[in-house]
Amino acid sequence: MVESKQQWKAWLYLAPAIVLLLVFTVWPIINTVVMAFMEDYSGLASIGGETSFRIGLGNFTKVAQNADFQSALRNTMLLCLITVPVSTVLALLIAVALHAIKPLQKALQTIFFLPYVTNSIAIGMVFAAMFNVIGSVGTRRPLISSYGIINDVIRFFGGNWVNWINSGSDYWANMFVLIVYIVWNALPFKILILLGGLTSINKQYYEAAKVDSTPRWRVLWRITVPLLSPMLAYVIITGFIAGFKEYTSIVGIYGESMGPVHAPHRLNTMVGLIYDSLASNNQGRASAAALILFGIILVVTLINLWVSKKRVHY
Amino acid sequence: MAEQTTRVMQARDMQKTSIQQKIASFLGKAGIYLFLFLMAGIVLFPFYWMINSSLKSLAEYRLSPPTFWPNQVLWTNYADAFTTANLGTLFKNTMIVGIVSTLLSLVITVLSAFAFARLEFKGKELLFAALLATMMIPGELFTITNFATVTNLGWRNTYTVLIVPFLVSVFYIYLLRQNFLQIPNELYLAAKVDGTSDIKYLWKVMVPLALPTLISITILKMMGAWNSYIWPRLVANDEAHRLITNGLRNAFTDTTGDVNYPVQMAAVALVSLPLFLVFVFLRKYIMSGVSRSGIKG
Repeated sequence: MVESKQQWKAWLYLAPAIVLLLVFTVWPIINTVVMAFMEDYSGLASIGGETSFRIGLGNFTKVAQNADFQSALRNTMLLCLITVPVSTVLALLIAVALHAIKPLQKALQTIFFLPYVTNSIAIGMVFAAMFNVIGSVGTRRPLISSYGIINDVIRFFGGNWVNWINSGSDYWANMFVLIVYIVWNALPFKILILLGGLTSINKQYYEAAKVDSTPRWRVLWRITVPLLSPMLAYVIITGFIAGFKEYTSIVGIYGESMGPVHAPHRLNTMVGLIYDSLASNNQGRASAAALILFGIILVVTLINLWVSKKRVHY
Repeated sequence: MAEQTTRVMQARDMQKTSIQQKIASFLGKAGIYLFLFLMAGIVLFPFYWMINSSLKSLAEYRLSPPTFWPNQVLWTNYADAFTTANLGTLFKNTMIVGIVSTLLSLVITVLSAFAFARLEFKGKELLFAALLATMMIPGELFTITNFATVTNLGWRNTYTVLIVPFLVSVFYIYLLRQNFLQIPNELYLAAKVDGTSDIKYLWKVMVPLALPTLISITILKMMGAWNSYIWPRLVANDEAHRLITNGLRNAFTDTTGDVNYPVQMAAVALVSLPLFLVFVFLRKYIMSGVSRSGIKG
C-alpha cells in the first residue's frame, strides 16, 4: 500500500519539472533533429499555410558550403585551439605558485577569482576601451588624440602602436584582443579547480623530491602534472566546450556587428551563426548548424576522454 | 691529520651548500611572488581602468599619455550613465525576473530532488539518467525551437518568457539530490512513524540541512539573470522588459572610435557593482558552487 502511494506521490513531486522539461527540453531536441532534415522549411511560411519542404540532407550541405559558416567554424576553432592551452598553462602556473606560498595566499586567491563574477558584455566593453584608438584611424594621415592605454604601454617600451579593433584593423589584431579577453575570463575557474586538486596531493611526494633536491620545474612536470591530470583533463574538456560556444565575449568587445567597423561579421562564431539563421527565419539551417555544433562538441569531448584515459593517473 | 682536514672540508662544503640552498629557495620564493603579483596586476588592471576612466571628463579621457587618476573627479558621469542607459528600469526588470525565477526554480528543484533522493518509483534510475544526458546538449539547440514555442504561445515581450523556459535546471536537481542523499534515511522513517507529512519533513529537516547548496543555487541563478544576454535579446527586447546586460549593450552600441567612454565606463561600473558586492559577501558559496559545476550562471 505504501509502495503504490509513493508511486503517485513521486510523480506529483516531479510533475512541474517533467512538464517544463518536456516542453522546453525534450520537444526541442526532437523538433530540431526533424527540422534539420527538412529542406526549405520556414516557420513563418508554415504559419501562412505553405508547407512545401523536402526531406534530405540539404540543410547540412547548404550550411557546410556557406562561406559564413566556414569563417565562423575557423574563428571558433582558432579561438579554442589557442585560448584553451594558453589559459590552462597559465592557470596551472598560477595555481602551483599560489600553492607554494603562505603569506598573502588567501588575498591573491581572491583576486584571481574576481574575473569570474563579472558580466562578460560589460567587461568586454572595458577591454574595447583599453584597446581603442581615438582619432581618424585608417585614413592616410591619421590624426590621433589617444592611442588607448595598451598602445601607450607599447609605445612606452619603444614599440609601434597597433590598430587593434578600429576601422581598418587587421584580422589577427582583432583575434589577439579576443584571445587576451577570453584567457583573462577563463583563468579564475581553472585556477580554482587546479588549486583544489593541488591541496589534495599527498605531501610525501614533494618531501621525497626535496630529499633528492630535484629542480623545481622537474617536480612540476614529473610529480605535479601527472598527479593533477584528472583536474587538468576536466578543465581542458570544459574549456573546449565553453570555447565552442564562444559568443558574448565578441559581442562585448565588437558589438552585435561581430567585427570591426569596416568588416562586420568577420569574427562571427558558430553560436553567432545559429542566431543569425534564426533571425533570418531559417529554422532548418539553424537546426542543422546547431546539430553540427553538438556533433563537434561531442567528438572533441570523446577525443579528450580517450586521451585522458590513456594519460590520466587516477 | 688528513682525516680531520677532510672532515672540516666536508663540513664547510655542507655549510656552503646549505647557504646556497637557502639563497636558491629565497630567490625561488621571490620569483614566485613576483610572478603572482604581476599576474594579479594584469587581472586587476581592467577593473582599475574602468573606475579610472569612469571618473574622468571626456577631454581628460582623450589625453595622451593618459592620466592614471583623474585630475578632477567627475561623479556626474554616474548620474549621466544612469539616465542614458535607463538603468533604473533595467535594474527593476532584472530584479523581478531574477527573484521570481529563483524562487520558483528553488521550489521545483527541492521537490524533484526529494523525489529522486527519498521516494521509490518505477523507472527512477532510467529517468534520472535521461535527465543527466540532456546536460550534454548545448543550449543553442533548444533555443531554436523554444523561440518558436514562446512565439506561438504569445509570450514574446513578457516577463513569463524570461522566467519559465529556464526554471528547471537538471544540474541543480543533481546537486541537491546528492546533498539530500547524505541525510540519513532513518530521520525520514522516524518522521514517518511520528506521522509527519512529507512536505513538513522536507521543510523542517531537509531544507535546513541542505541550506548551503540552496544558497549556492540562489546566487548562481541570480547571477544568471543578471548576466543573461542571448535569450532576453531574442525574445524580450522591448523597453518595458529589457534586462540589464542587453540594455547596457543597447545603450552603448559603439565600442570603437570617439565614444563618450567615461559615461560608458560609469554604466559598466554600475552594472558590475552588484556582482562585486555578491562576490565580497558570498564568495564562499559561489566558489563551492562553481567548483562542483563548472558552469557560469
